[in-house]
Amino acid sequence: MSTETPTETLDVKGQNCPMPVVKTKGAFDGLAPGGTLEVVATDSGSMSDIAGWAASTEGAELLDQEETTEGGEAVFKHYIRKAE
Amino acid sequence: MSTDTPTPADGAPTPEEFEAMQTRMAELEEELASVRADVADSPKKMVIVATKGTLDMAYPPLILASTAAAFGYDVTVFHTFWGLEILHEENSKDLQLSAVGNPNMPMPNAIAALPGMDRVTTGMMRKRIAENEVASIEELVEMSLDQGVDLQACQMTIDLLGYDEDEFYDGVTTGVGAASAFQEMVEADVQLLV
Repeated sequence: MSTETPTETLDVKGQNCPMPVVKTKGAFDGLAPGGTLEVVATDSGSMSDIAGWAASTEGAELLDQEETTEGGEAVFKHYIRKAE
Repeated sequence: MSTDTPTPADGAPTPEEFEAMQTRMAELEEELASVRADVADSPKKMVIVATKGTLDMAYPPLILASTAAAFGYDVTVFHTFWGLEILHEENSKDLQLSAVGNPNMPMPNAIAALPGMDRVTTGMMRKRIAENEVASIEELVEMSLDQGVDLQACQMTIDLLGYDEDEFYDGVTTGVGAASAFQEMVEADVQLLV
């Protein structure tokens, strides 16, 4: 993570569509303004799904998305900032 | 026509007309602002009509409904005919996948029509769902309700199929019909029939 330390982390590893987006929305609603939510997923579809969700959600700014590998498994990380 | 009468130039409004126009313009500006505020305040709406109760056809309405709710939409899913099975607490846990008439099944219809084949194909599908960690229908129903999705059970088909209202998940709306579904569809931004 390059930009800033996340305020909260949501782990949706192992969960598939539509769970990553639905749970991201839930966690984002509970996030304090100005905070950053880190979403950790294994669903490769979450890359476009979460980007699309952030683009059409007021107050949500997608800071970064990255693909890494943990224990041989592809992991997709998303960083979303909530507007002040 | 006398030249000393103070009349405005051709086509130009009289002071009275000008004042009336200004008043009208202010009224319209006010009206426009209130319409804009209404549009901004009211969330977008989606209505899905779910008519199928097979395992494969139960997923799309629930997945789209919970996703649209995450996008901030007001969502209504109107379940009618076999779509009611999705809301039936007991039956929703045992939805079947038909092997007959499904060209994507790796077996000819003559084999697929044999007794017990729907059980076999349903078992195969459930195994795949579990392996891919796809949510169960029950989980998706509960989650949609938690998100505020209005899951409606068509009253006419409840009566037709002889169901009792207690057999549906808690939070399911009953006592609704085509007219209320249609009314919601008219107001919705997205309408889908599944």
